[in-house]
Order: sequence, then C-alpha cells, then structure tokens
Amino acid sequence: MLSYTLRTLVRMALTFFVIVTLVFFATRLSGNAIDFLAGEGMTQEDREILIRYYELDRSLWDQYFAFLRAFLDGNFGLSFIERRPVIQIVAERLWPSAQLLLSAIGLTLVVSLPLGMIAAIWRKHWLGSAAMVVAFLGYAVPNFILAVVMVLVFAYWLNWLPVVGNGTPLHFIMPTLAMSGVLIAALTRFTRNAMLDVLGQDFMRTARAKGLPERAVILRHGLRNASITLLSVIGLQIAGLAASGSVVVESIFAWPGIGDLLVSSAIRRDYPVLQFGVITVAIAVILINAAIDLAYAWADPRLRHQLKG
Amino acid sequence: MSRAPLLSVQNLSLAFGSHTALSGLSFDIVRGETVALVGESGSGKSATALALMRLIEREGGRLTGGRIDLDGDTPVEITALEEREMQQVRGNRISMIFQEPMTALNPVMPLGEQVAEVLRLHQGLDRKAALAVARAAFARVKIPEPERRLVQYPHELSGGLRQRVMIAMALACQPDLLIADEPTTALDVTTQAEILSLIKELQEESGMAVLFITHDMGVVAEIADRVVVLCRGEQVETGPVGQIFAAPQAEYTRNLMAATPMLGAGAPKRPLGADAPLLEVDRLSVRFPVRRAAPGRPALDYHAVNEVSLTLGRGETLGLVGESGCGKSTLARTLLGLETASGGRVRLSGQTLTGLTAQELRPLRGKMQMVFQDPYASLNPRLPVYDLITEPAHIRNPMTRAERRAMAGELLERVGLETAAMDRYPHQFSGGQRQRLCICRALSVKPAIIVADEAVSALDVSVARQITDLIAKLQKEEGVSFLFISHDIAVVERVSHRIAVMWAGQVVETGPTDTVLKNPLHPYTRRLLSAVPHPDPQRRPLQRERAADLKTPKLLLPRATGPERIALREVGEGHFVAIRDTVELMAYQSMTSAAPEAVREAKREDVGSMVF
Repeated sequence: MLSYTLRTLVRMALTFFVIVTLVFFATRLSGNAIDFLAGEGMTQEDREILIRYYELDRSLWDQYFAFLRAFLDGNFGLSFIERRPVIQIVAERLWPSAQLLLSAIGLTLVVSLPLGMIAAIWRKHWLGSAAMVVAFLGYAVPNFILAVVMVLVFAYWLNWLPVVGNGTPLHFIMPTLAMSGVLIAALTRFTRNAMLDVLGQDFMRTARAKGLPERAVILRHGLRNASITLLSVIGLQIAGLAASGSVVVESIFAWPGIGDLLVSSAIRRDYPVLQFGVITVAIAVILINAAIDLAYAWADPRLRHQLKG
Repeated sequence: MSRAPLLSVQNLSLAFGSHTALSGLSFDIVRGETVALVGESGSGKSATALALMRLIEREGGRLTGGRIDLDGDTPVEITALEEREMQQVRGNRISMIFQEPMTALNPVMPLGEQVAEVLRLHQGLDRKAALAVARAAFARVKIPEPERRLVQYPHELSGGLRQRVMIAMALACQPDLLIADEPTTALDVTTQAEILSLIKELQEESGMAVLFITHDMGVVAEIADRVVVLCRGEQVETGPVGQIFAAPQAEYTRNLMAATPMLGAGAPKRPLGADAPLLEVDRLSVRFPVRRAAPGRPALDYHAVNEVSLTLGRGETLGLVGESGCGKSTLARTLLGLETASGGRVRLSGQTLTGLTAQELRPLRGKMQMVFQDPYASLNPRLPVYDLITEPAHIRNPMTRAERRAMAGELLERVGLETAAMDRYPHQFSGGQRQRLCICRALSVKPAIIVADEAVSALDVSVARQITDLIAKLQKEEGVSFLFISHDIAVVERVSHRIAVMWAGQVVETGPTDTVLKNPLHPYTRRLLSAVPHPDPQRRPLQRERAADLKTPKLLLPRATGPERIALREVGEGHFVAIRDTVELMAYQSMTSAAPEAVREAKREDVGSMVF
C-alpha cells in the first residue's frame, strides 16, 4: 500500500511538471502580449520599453527557467493587465466554479442514477425505453445549443430566469442544466449497462432467496456493485468537466469562474493569469483523479486486498 | 406417521416461453428426510428448485400448473402466494444454496453482514445481535476463526469455506426445508466430502428436510433417502435410494447408472509398445513471480510446479489427477510451450523442447495439441465448422478451400459427426458435439499427443461417457497418446493406462492405474480416493478418513528456496511414490494394510461390541 501511494505521488508530480511545461510553451505560441496590452498608436520606442519591462526580450529558455524558479518560490507573477498577483485573481474565481461544478454533478447523479436503474430494471417496458430516449436526446444536444435555447426561452421570451452572473440561486438553474445535459445522458447509459450486468449475477438470486424485498435487493446488493463501474465513469466525467466543460457554459452565462477567466485571459494574452489558471485546473484534475482512486479502493474490497498484498 | 408431509408437490408444470421445462412433477418430502432430484442438464431440476422458491418468474419462466403445499404452523400453498407473502417464506421457512460458491455471495459486502441481513429481516434482530448470531452460525458450520470471517469478504475465502458461509446463511433462520442446488459440483472431491457430511450433520441436529439437486449418482447414493429421477422435464422414476440403485425400473435410470463412472471399475489395458517413451518430462519446474525483491526481503514466487518428472509412451494415456490449484493445468500448458519452464527439461521423441524460441517451437507445436474444458468458450463463434477444425492444419500447410472441406469431412466422420455439419457454426451444436469439434481440430495436424485438460468435466455423464469412448477409439485406431487431466478419478480410471497424482505442484504417486488405485501408498492419494463418492448406497462410509497429518505445503515462497521436493522412489513395478526414506515407506505401507474397507469393518465391529 505504501509503495502504491508513493508511486501515485511520483506519478502526480511528474504529470504536474509536464503540464506546467506544456502550459508555458503553449501560451507563448499564441502571439505577443504587447500587441494587446498597449492600444493602437504606440511608438516603436514605447513598445520596446514595455517589452524590456516585462523581460519578454530574453530568450524563451531563459524565460522558462525563470518561470520554473519563480514557481518553486511560490511566486506565480502578476497579471499583465490588472497588476495584481495571479493567485488572488484565480482564487476569486475558484469558488464560483466549484459551486457550478458541484451543482452540475449533484443534478447529474440525482437524475441519471434513478433513470439508469429504471431503464435497466424495466428494459422491456415502455418506461425503460422512455428513459433511454431522454438519455439519447441529451447526448445529441451540445451544451452550447442547449444553453442558447434556454436563454432564448426562459430569459428572453418568458423572462423567468436571470442570465448573467451568479447572484442568486435562480442564477444556477440554466448553467447547471447546460453543464449536466450531456453528463446525464452519458451516466444514464452507463448506469443502465452496469445495472444490467449486475442484475444477471448469481448473488442477486441469493439475495432474493433470502427473502429480501426487491427494493433492498436492487439498492443494497445491485447498486453497491454497479457503483464500482460507475465510479470510474463519474470520475472521468468530473475531471472532464473541471478541465473544459465549464469554459463554454461560464462564458455564455458570464459566470465569474475559472472557465470565464481562462477565456478572457487567453483573448488578452495575459500569460501569467492564463498559465496559472490552466495549472490550477490541472491540479484540480489531478486531485480529482487521486480522490477517485481512493474511492475505488473504498468501494471494492478486492482492490483493497490487492493493494495490501 | 399420520402427519402431513412438509412439502408436497403435485402435478407441477413449468414453462420458459413456449418451451415446457417441466410437466406433471409430483413428490413429497417429510421432515428430516433427504430427497434427491436427479437429472442431466435440461431435465428441469434447477427450474423446479426455483419454482419452489417462486424465483422462476424472475428467470423468465412461469408456473403453468400444479400446486406446492408447505406444511407448518401456518400451512401455505406456494403457487398461490403473493410476492410479499413469499418473501416471508424465502430464507425463513425454505432456504436455498447454489452451485457456484464463487459467485453466489455479494463480493462487496462483508460476510458477517450478508448472514446478519437474513436475521434482521426475518427475526427482527438489530445489527449487533444479528452479527452475534451470524458468528454462532459460522461456528456451527465449522468455519475456523468465525470472529475474523465476519469482516472478511468472499474473495478472501476458498470455495469450500464460501459454501460453508452459504450454508450458514441458509440455515440462519432454521428453515424447515433446505434446497441444495448442486452445492458441491464446483468443489474438489475432498471438499465435497466435507460439505456433504456437514449438511448431513446439520440435518440430524435440526431435523430439517433437504431437497438435494444433483447430476452425480455418487453423491445421490451418499446422501439421499429417496430419489426422483427427471429427464427432459418428465418424472421418470421415484423410489427409495436402495431400490433405485439396486433395481432401477426406467430405462433412462439404467442408462444413467451405466454412464456414471465408478471407481474400481477397471482401467484399460496398456497397449503394446507403450514402453518406448514419446514424451519425457524431467524435473520440470514452473514459478510465477509474485513480489519483487526489496531491501530486507527476498523476491516471492508462486512455485506452481516443482520438479515434476513424467513419461508418456506411444499410444498410451496418462491420467493426471489432482485438486484445483495443484498445478496440473500449469504443467500441461508448460508442456505445450504456453508457459515458460523455470527449470527442467521436456523432450518429445528425443528432441528437447525447453529452451527453444517461439520460432523454433512452431514446427513442433503440431505434434502436441490441446482440448480444453469449456467447449463453449474454446471455439470461435464466428467461424464455420470446416474453417474452425482445419485451421491448425491450414496454418502449417496452406490448403485450398476444397482441400479444407475435404479434410473437414473426413475429420467429422472420424469423431462421429455428419459431414453436413461443416457449414454450421458452433452455437448450433450441443456441448458434447462441440467437444467432438475440439477433438477434430486437434486431430487435423495428426498430433502424436493430445492434452485433454478437464475435457469432459463440463459435460453430462452420458455425454462424457461418449467422449471418453471416442478418445479410446481414436487411440486404438491411430495410436495417439493422451495426457488426460481431470479432478475426477473415476473418469481418469476409465481412460488411463497409467496415472500420476499431483499435489501441491509435485507428483506424489504414479504407476499403472490399477496398482495405484488398489494399493495407494501416499497419504494424499488415499485421502483423494476415500473422498470419491461411490454410486452404491450400501457402501456409504461411516466416517471418512481424516487427513490428520497431511498439511498442504505452502507454495508462495522465496524464489531461491521453494518448497521441499521429495523424490519419487519405485516401490513396485512401475509404481513410484514420493517418499523421503524407507522408514516413511514402511509407515505408509502399514497404514495401507488397514485399507479403507477394513477400517470400516473394524468400526462396525466396535459399534457392535459397545452394545453388548
């Protein structure tokens, strides 16, 4: 178990280093920041002063090593535009993003686990087919279309829901729906398949032979086993959401989260903010993966046993 | 005896869709009685069990007629019960144990919780009290260290222990009737013997009735009071066990008896010329790395096969017997070059195979072919039969389509299938026919040796009989040598000229079949033989031989050391036993002089003298 943990940590550190490096070079590919910093009509002279000021005249490798050194010191730099520490800027955006992520995941679980189980248990009944139709619809509609249609209907025509920002609980409804649409579709299908696998297992027959009511058989024996398969899917989805899912939705609803920050800083070539934002997301993904690994061992005693041995 | 029978089944009929699975079954069970429901696959015996529990609807079947009366404080008619009422009966008044102890328990729930669940449900105990009762239930079915088992999970236990947990769970609420659906089929013979005697013991203690479902006449003879024989959903015969065995009325029952392998029925005669060794295995070892070395602790290996030496003559069958995990399949796979030997040598017609590269081995692979246990999994479902069975030959020596079809026709004829079968696909054949196809495939390259790894274990006895007869016929006609691997000694006896008994990765005894079976010397061979149920109710063992000082050696050991290897010494003509010295031999011989039969006689006398 100890060597397993150690290996996991080393792998995490290595992944992190690779991401940091990729982020540094990828942001440099996107163009010169000075062109965006200064408006039109700047003289060549002023431009050069600015370049020197930001030390953008040094070689790429110099910049890279300076970046790494500063990184180790915990100094992630100042925003080119706001002149505030990037840590501060990103930190302000973390909680709103996490809120949206959590509500989207919550909605996904609440909707798709029961839906998937219904689809599995009544797979020959119209109820099961109906559940799968809902799931397929969700798959077929991309989140930005869903978001725009919702804005049109609920905000523009009906004027029921607010569109911009995250001020009240009402603000959560549309972004949450837009973000979880595809996830609900995917997880419903996975839940159905996992449950179908489990429903045919011998131990389910044993559970019924004990005299357990069907509800206990399905939930206590069925879902518990299906959850092992589902965990890996849910983990991948959460990581995927944290990494990119929020970018589009946050931009559409002007949600003050990391996704929105990433987009605006990329457009403005605000390297320090962009870099640190991407790195924060990477850390989140790495942490989520580690948490899923732990949850896996918690859910499956066979895996725990292997790790011990 | 005026009391009503505990369970009375009258005219029961079942169907799956439009297919009738069972029609007009009637039998009674009284308290304390064991009724065996016997039949081959498709006889409707498991469907009957599920119908008694009203679980058949869940599996896609339905009751089409008849009634099932369960006596008790509140007599009920099971076919008329609502699901909710039925839940009061299941696990409480009628319990069931299943064939596969490996999959019948929930893999992610602690064993204690799984047993406690029944108690909380039917007896309304709280969690703590239920766990205490579960612990007592574990102790009652003789699970060692019951306290620790409560928090363990199924994968941490052996098959035998898991079946004990199942029994503990089934008996937790002291049911009136226990339905045991092939509870020992997936277990080794020695474990089977233990589980059977456990069920008997618990039955005597509690006075419950047992409905025992099995295909194995040996087990029937050992455990049943009365027998119901089923064939294709029809009740063929019913009667007391003695009568069924002594004077079977129905032709089907007689055929079933005849097909049942009987230990001591005699081995085939060894062909002439079998002394010339075709395959020589010399101190072959196979290890699997388990843990890498680290500072302060050595590398751990699983020593699956340890210095095994064997010979196989031309046209001879060597039976390799042993329980699951003894290394017999690993040995077979290594002979075929599917695993790498860590030591020792394999020679085929004088040519050394060990140490050859895959490339060098390829032309030799045709000389040894394999037939596997599961005829359903070992044939590619997408290939037509002619393609399937000529593939090995085609790989070595490309043929045209017409040539392949001609070859397929000839092969099919040799194994007793019609040539028209060559355009069909595997799913259109029964298990026995598929195993014939597997034999065809092996024969296509004219092998000198066919390794049959549990090749008839998955088949019904009558079908298994046909396959072993086919093997004998092919051997006589073509002089193929067989390495016949099985856990079923009675089947091995029927086909093998010589046998080798494997235990914990070593051959502990080998010799001519009759010699080894009549005069077993090694304690393990003796234990194995005494555990085989004999299809004769007159010969029920009073008590099985205890395996007192027979501890299975550990095989998970540091790479360098490995388990102790005991060399084989010749003790009779061609009869070798693993012994350390002559003192040990004499000790073994003195044990054998009081052969199992004699032991039983002596016990009977003891009982007699105690009365006087």
